[in-house]
Order: sequence, then structure tokens, then C-alpha cells
Amino acid sequence: MSSEKKDGAKRKGGSKTGVKAAAKPKIAVFKFASCDGCQLSLLDAEDELLAITDAVDIAYFPEASRAMLKGPYDIGFVEGSITTHHDAQRIQEVRRECKTLVTLGACATAGGIQALRNWKDVDEFIRVVYASPQFISTLKLSTPIAEHVPVDFELRGCPINKYQLIELITATLCGRKPNIPTNSVCLACKRKGNVCIAVARGIPCLGPVTHTGCGALCPSFDRGCYGCFGPMETPNTASLTERLRILGQTDDQLMRGFRGFNAWAWQFRRASEECERK
Amino acid sequence: MATRAQTPRAPRKKREPSPTRNSPRAAAEATSKGNGSQPKPNSGKRNAKTASAIEFDRANHRPALITPEQLEKLIATLINDGFEVIGPTVRDEAITYDPVKCVADLPAGWTDEQEPARYRLKKSDNPALFGYSLGAQSWKTFLHPAEARLFAAEKQNGAFHILNNDPIPAVSRALLGVRACELAAIRAQDRVLLGDKYRDPIYGSRRESALIIAVQCSHAAATCFCVSIGSGPKVSDGFDLLLTELVDANGHRFVVEPGTDRGIGLLARVDAKPALEADLAAVESALASAAQQQRKLDTAGLKEFLYENFENPQWDKISARCLSCANCTMSCPTCFCTTVDDATDVTGTHAERCRRWDSCFTQSFSYIHGGSIRTSAKARYRQWMTHKLAAWTDQFGSLGCVGCGRCITWCPAAIDITEEVRAMREGGVRADA
Ligand code: SF4
Ligand code: SF4
Ligand code: SF4
Ligand code: SF4
Repeated sequence: MSSEKKDGAKRKGGSKTGVKAAAKPKIAVFKFASCDGCQLSLLDAEDELLAITDAVDIAYFPEASRAMLKGPYDIGFVEGSITTHHDAQRIQEVRRECKTLVTLGACATAGGIQALRNWKDVDEFIRVVYASPQFISTLKLSTPIAEHVPVDFELRGCPINKYQLIELITATLCGRKPNIPTNSVCLACKRKGNVCIAVARGIPCLGPVTHTGCGALCPSFDRGCYGCFGPMETPNTASLTERLRILGQTDDQLMRGFRGFNAWAWQFRRASEECERK
Repeated sequence: MATRAQTPRAPRKKREPSPTRNSPRAAAEATSKGNGSQPKPNSGKRNAKTASAIEFDRANHRPALITPEQLEKLIATLINDGFEVIGPTVRDEAITYDPVKCVADLPAGWTDEQEPARYRLKKSDNPALFGYSLGAQSWKTFLHPAEARLFAAEKQNGAFHILNNDPIPAVSRALLGVRACELAAIRAQDRVLLGDKYRDPIYGSRRESALIIAVQCSHAAATCFCVSIGSGPKVSDGFDLLLTELVDANGHRFVVEPGTDRGIGLLARVDAKPALEADLAAVESALASAAQQQRKLDTAGLKEFLYENFENPQWDKISARCLSCANCTMSCPTCFCTTVDDATDVTGTHAERCRRWDSCFTQSFSYIHGGSIRTSAKARYRQWMTHKLAAWTDQFGSLGCVGCGRCITWCPAAIDITEEVRAMREGGVRADA
């Protein structure tokens, strides 16, 4: 990817776009504890990438470009959870540098799969895994960005849906609310014409309590929803748990079901702990 | 023959998938699945919408009899006439309504078992093509599509241009296998979407070009309650052709009744023979067996009862179980609500307005300035049931429920509208008290 010159390329549409041509918004992408998959969604937006780089200055995006411009930034995207003291301080600086702060994906929004450590003894892991544990400095918990600083928008998913990312950028550029619904996966599943696999085949599916955004990907391929996008707006996990028991799920399976990429999102956390207690 | 097309339409390309942010595939699937078959210029004098108004002289058109081979010919004739034939078929371990090309695509020997939150496809020894009760999703999928682009606009030389605000041209479809309750649901949506001075052109174009081949039920699923509502199992009007499938010692055959001139024309083209008295008696006994339904909904005074029971304790009990997942409204053949989104592209020069099915179970549905007004599942379920069984009557002059039972089968939490009404009546404020 070519790095954008600060005052370079003429923008398609110029001032007609509704964004002041004089100041292209500066965008920055920061990484914390994560796998980089969400940042890659931006690079994966092949068809729109040129238009995006035309419309914004990608000022700081180490994964994609060597150019690293200083802040402040108009939009800061944050990927990853907070797992070290150093990161806990760094996120404060990032927040100060960004007018709008958007978290990308399950790690930044809910603590990610690495939040599974939150139920375990991290010191024990360090002793077992590392040859020289004295060099490891880490926090006991993996926590979402919003537990540390105020967040303006959270994009869900593991990984995020690139169309939602583009929608968010587009909406922010023209000053409108992004069309990113928060209801269950089932609406998308039914609109797509899928036959519900939970009802027709007894396959356990987290769709009814999961935030939409993936386009009902797994149920379209005969797999129950894993809950990658985390809890929907009003998740009734207790009722779904009851139903999944009727479909033959054990408490252990249910506990693991809620303990996925969004294990530390409070509704899923509570549901998993209730299954664990039984 | 096709259709009403007072203004002959130029053939058009299959429409572009609407710009779903989440899933382009979803949009593509939700929209027209057919390709290439265009509405033909009008040759019939009448249109489908007025099917029920046609004074069809039943006395002079005795019901006819056709064989499965003639049904094959009927499907071929329709395809030849430019229709996309949508009928029952087996997909994803269920009966679904999808494009069919021949009798072999129909679910011969398959039946369905339905109960709250459970659906299973079963093989039976009966070779019937229509031996199931209802498809997983309703015909709404084809008449009131899940997603539709309303228009697109572009900024050109500083001005705002609407590129296309035509109703999306629909492929003419022949709907094969429409049950009595489903016809009632189509009539209900007709009243909502067409029965007013503001007609919905997207629904209207699909509805008016649709040819309807209804099929009477010979058995009911455990979730059916059309008898309580009065919507079935007998079909009385609103079809071009009405089939009743018979499989007995006299063979595998269909008694066919035409409901429109188009239907009469079609029957002539497949060389249908007159039905015999014995066949007509068999139709009556098939209907009688479908009318044996376990599920019942007591509709007497229901509207008044629900209006007086906003605080019935049963709502809280439902609220503990309801997932607010919206499967009930998505599956319901009469639910018509949609949401409209505007989307722009990154350059800010192209905009589109799309609508998609919405549900009174989402928070955004009741969002007014400052927040959502139905924050609890209790409020949302109450809205749904009260709309279906009470307010609909005030708005549109009929119940908003046709007794198809889909909301019972496809509710992942096994909530049963008939059971909830019963429980509420047992514990509630009596309408006559
Ligand atoms: S398959 Fe899952 S996501 Fe789809 S409707 Fe059923 S429960 Fe909902
Ligand atoms: S409310 Fe339920 S039973 Fe009634 S028409 Fe809708 S889906 Fe069918
Ligand atoms: S029940 Fe809900 S979704 Fe269905 S028509 Fe009424 S308000 Fe709309
Ligand atoms: S009644 Fe059933 S299908 Fe409808 S929203 Fe509640 S749980 Fe979902």
C-alpha cells in the first residue's frame, strides 16, 4: 500500500463530498493484545481502499505504512485488549491523541479470547510456559478498552466485518449515524432465507443472543452461531441456556459456548459463570 | 398467462443486490432468484389481484382431474410462458419455497413434523408431492421481499440526481402450493400494502404479476390452528388454480378447480379431464382430516380481552422466556414491518436508500427521540401479540394472524401464541367482567 502524502493526491469529488477538502481527516490505527485480523480487514477492503485513502490521511498505521505522522488524529482505531501495565498507560496517551476513538473487534471491545485467562492463575501460566519467567510482566486480566478510557464506538466481531468498518468510516466522514444494527443474528439469518438450524436440526446456535453483523455466516454453513459479535442489545442468555439444555447441551458445554471470543463481555461472562456453578 | 402490465415493461437486468453492509450475499439471496424470465406483455384480460372478484361460473366448470404427468406439463407450460415457478422443495432439511423446474423438484414422499421450537423433515410411504403442511418461510419472501433498494442517487456537477426510483421490476412468478392460511395471509398483506391510497409499489408489482396455484391441505401440522381463525383448511377464493392431491386405490391424482380465466386456459392446455363424484368426495374427506386440529385459539372477545389485559401477569412470564430474537415476526406471513436505511459510499457522491424487514422485537423499532420506548421483552411481546390479535382488527378489519403456526414452530424459545392466550385468559381480567 502506498503511503499517503500529507498534502498530496487530489481527492475524487473534492469539496463536493460534504467533508471539508482543506483538512482530510487523519486516521490512526493502534494495536494492543490481538492477532491483527481486524486491522487486516481494512487492508482487505480492496474495492474501497483507494477511495478511503483518497478521503482520509492514513497518518499512523504501522501494519500498513512506514509513514508515521504525529497526532492528534481525527479517528483512532484501536485493536486489541489491555493485558500489560505498559499498554494500560499507552491507551491513555492514545485516547488523548484521538478526537474519536473506535475499538475494532472482540479483543478491544470485550477482552478477546485471551480473556480466558481471567478465570485462571496467570502466574502459573507464566511459570509453565516461559523459560525465563522473570522477563514477563503482565496483568492478571485481559480487559476491553472501554474499561480504561471512554470509547466513542465499538465495532464488534472476531474479526470485524469490513463492510461495517467502511460504513463507519463513510458515516463519520459525512457526519451521519452509522447503520450498524444491534439486534440478534436471527434477523439477518431469516432475511437471507436460511432454515433455522436450531429448530430444524437441533444444532445449538447462539444467534438469538448474539449481536448481528456477520450476515449470519455460520448458520448459513450449517454451523451454530459461536457468538463472535458478542451479546446483542438485550440478550436473554438465561432463557437460551434453558433451551440449549433441552437440545442436549451439558453445563460444561454451555459454559464453554459462552466463553469464546467475547467471554468477558458481562452478559456472556455471567451466563458462563451460571453454567459453571451448576 | 402473464399478468397485468398496463405499461409494457422493457426487459431489465436482474436487479443489483442491495448494498447490505453486512452481507452482499444476503442481499443477493433475498432478492429475485430467477434470471431471465420477464413479465410478458399482457394477454389475459384480468389480473391476479381481482381473482376473487371474477365471476367464475363454477356450475359450468366442473372440477377437473389431472395426473402427476399433467402437473409436469402444467409446470412446463408456465415456464414456457415466462413464469418463474416457485414451489415446495427440500432444502437444508426442511420444505422451503424455491424455484422449481419440474415435478421431480417437488418433495415427493416428504412430510414435516412441527411442534414448538422443533421442526423435522420425515420420509413417509405416501408418495404425495404436497404431503407436508407448510414451508419454513412464507410466500412473503417473494411478494414482500426481505430487502429492497428504494432508490439510488448521485451527486453530479454539484446537483443531486435520483438515478432510479422505479419500483423494482419483478419477475412474474407462479406460486405453486399456496395453502389456505397462506392465501389468507396474502389477503391480509394486500389490505395493508395495497388497500390504501398509498400503495406499496414493490409489493404491488410482485403481487399483481403472481399466478397462484393453491393446494388444499389433507393433514395439519401439530402447530396449525387455521380452523380457530377461520382461514382454512378449505380454500375458497384468491387462486388461479386450486389443487387437492389424492393418493388412494384410484391412483395418484389432483382434483383441480380453476378460479380465473387464466386458470381455465391453463387447464385446457394440459388436457384436464372432468373429475368424478368419487374424487370430489375424496377431496371432502381430505379436508375433513386436515380440519382435525389439536391447537385452538379462542378468538371470542379476544380484542377486548387483550386491550383490558395490558398488565396481565402472564406478560412477565413470557418476558422471562422471550429472546427478542424476532424469529416470530420474520416467519409470520402477515408481519409487514420494514426499516429504511440510507447509505452513502466513501466518496460521498453516491447514496442509496434500502428497506429491509424489521420487527417490533428490536430496540430500534420503537426508537423515538431520546431512546427506545419498548425496552423490555414484556413490552415487545405484548406489542406483537396485541397487534396480531387485537389492534390489527381496528387497523385493517381482520385478525393479523391466520393460524399458520410458524411463530410457534420457529420460535427458538418454544413460545406458543395459542398457549399464551389460554394462560392469559385463565389468569386475566375477563373482558365481560
Ligand atoms: S439458525 Fe441461529 S441465527 Fe439463524 S434463526 Fe436459527 S437461532 Fe437464529
Ligand atoms: S401470528 Fe403466528 S400463527 Fe399467526 S399468522 Fe403469524 S406466524 Fe402464523
Ligand atoms: S406484530 Fe410487530 S412486526 Fe408484525 S406487523 Fe405488528 S408491529 Fe409489525
Ligand atoms: S416470541 Fe420467540 S421468536 Fe418471537 S422474539 Fe420471542 S423468543 Fe424470538
